[in-house]
Amino acid sequence: MSNITDSIYKMRFLDETADKRTPVHDLHPLSKLLVTIAYVTVVVSYGKYDVSKLLPLVFYPVVILFSAEIPLLPLLKRTLAVMPLVIGIGVFNPVFDRETIAVIFGLPISGGWISFISLLLKCVLTVLSALLLVATTGMERISFALRMLFVPRIFVMQLMLTYRFISVLLEEAANIWNSYTLRAPRQKGISHQVWGPLLGQMLMRTYDRAQRVYQAMVLRGFNGEYNTGSAKQLLLKDFLYLASWVAFFAAARHYNIPLFIGSILTGVGK
Amino acid sequence: MSHHIIDFNELYYTYPDGKPAVNGVSCRIRHGESVGIVGANGAGKSTLLMLLVGILLPTKGEIRVSEIPVTKKTLPVIRQRIGLAFQNPDDQLFMTTVYDDVAFGPRNYRLTEPEVEKRVMRALETVGIEHLKDRAPYKLSGGEKRAAAIAAVLSMDPDILVIDEPTAALDPKSRRRLLNLLKGFTHTKLIATHDLDLVLEICDRTIVIKEGRIASDNSPLKTLADAALMEQCGLEIPLTLQNCPVCGSPPRR
Ligand SMILES: Nc1ncnc2c1ncn2[C@@H]1O[C@H](COP(=O)(O)OP(=O)(O)OP(=O)(O)O)[C@@H](O)[C@H]1O
Ligand SMILES: [Mg+2]
Repeated sequence: MSNITDSIYKMRFLDETADKRTPVHDLHPLSKLLVTIAYVTVVVSYGKYDVSKLLPLVFYPVVILFSAEIPLLPLLKRTLAVMPLVIGIGVFNPVFDRETIAVIFGLPISGGWISFISLLLKCVLTVLSALLLVATTGMERISFALRMLFVPRIFVMQLMLTYRFISVLLEEAANIWNSYTLRAPRQKGISHQVWGPLLGQMLMRTYDRAQRVYQAMVLRGFNGEYNTGSAKQLLLKDFLYLASWVAFFAAARHYNIPLFIGSILTGVGK
Repeated sequence: MSHHIIDFNELYYTYPDGKPAVNGVSCRIRHGESVGIVGANGAGKSTLLMLLVGILLPTKGEIRVSEIPVTKKTLPVIRQRIGLAFQNPDDQLFMTTVYDDVAFGPRNYRLTEPEVEKRVMRALETVGIEHLKDRAPYKLSGGEKRAAAIAAVLSMDPDILVIDEPTAALDPKSRRRLLNLLKGFTHTKLIATHDLDLVLEICDRTIVIKEGRIASDNSPLKTLADAALMEQCGLEIPLTLQNCPVCGSPPRR
């Protein structure tokens, strides 16, 4: 919490990486959106003990991460931000589900541990793929793609404005925080006595601010449709991109690739 | 281009918390006039401008723009004619790049992308910030934000330009550029400002607001040289009208 100003910069990190120009960024937003949806669907469709089958799917985020030149660390940090929640949900699996279902290097592994790990893995992969979509496409273009999929305008707007509003909220919070610390230099954190008024201030201010931002938008002819000007055409490469990833996901789902590779290797070994 | 007349008729506005901010303003602003609105902090200038574009709706009285009353129904028409730049540019800039922000208005009016680009570049050039077009607005300095906010309004090609505090936070060179730009903008202008030298230079009429009422409505030279009036309304005779502090000689006018 020591530096909110810093977190604003980080907040906009996704917006900025989205403006890069790489082959992945250049793809049509619709194609990237569909690939992400397919990916998430496949990831969550695995059974709770399917850790090894899940592994080939790690391939997708890794490929995107490198080909879109997205800095790994900031992205991982954001992904890890949701981990406490998932750990909270999954932490009791090992306690309740004690039946041994695998033995690795002579160590009995209970079903609870496996399902816990698979839950963690699924969570990391889905969150990572969603973040990658934002970082390679940008919220505006994603909402454009959502509109192409006939998602109702009102939902898309909600999504867009919420996303924008978060940064407005953070900026106001930063202003309040800065002015507080400047006038209470020797204090650590914020004295609990002023939490109430401070929080109230922040709510009022962000509300007012959001109101004014909205008014400024309306003054400039905003009528509920977010025009981003990027009316891109779907090209052959977009279809190829979509088709090849979907084919890969389907293959990963239907064949146990690790087992397959393993059998080839051991087959060669013999 | 049609003629634009703005009529304020016995206008009153009280904020929801009970604070009366505009208390009976009546005046007519004619086509092509360049009007400076001055007054102390809290006099009601910004409130008046927000009433004009219908962000606030009057508690009593009405505003007419070219004979069309400003009501909820007529807002789209009114707003297409009037471009308002806010007092605080942060309220106006919310897209990820300056370019997209300036393009926001034209795109809402469904211009083609090449036309949007032409307008955006022209607006950016007029305020002198083409080099900032790919920057993120929140990373700009106060003055650069101000310039971007004004460009965002110019790109909409308004018939009536309304600016709240245009020169606040501008460096002398940018201020000069903006002044020249405002001079070149021949349509109707309404400028709320504390920069009295700006009023002298580009306005042909000055309205002094005091506690939500019009205290004076006259030519800038007459208004701003009136020591008693200036004192009463929390203002000061602008430097260019004061005697030279070094030799004490009166200004050349
Ligand atoms: N949102 C609000 N709620 C309640 N009162 C307000 C609000 N905004 C402004 N006021 C009050 O209305 C009066 C007029 O405010 P306004 O912003 O129009 O002043 P101004 O002339 O623009 O001042 P400045 O030169 O400081 O910008 C002030 O007394 C102010 O306290
Ligand atoms: Mg004001």
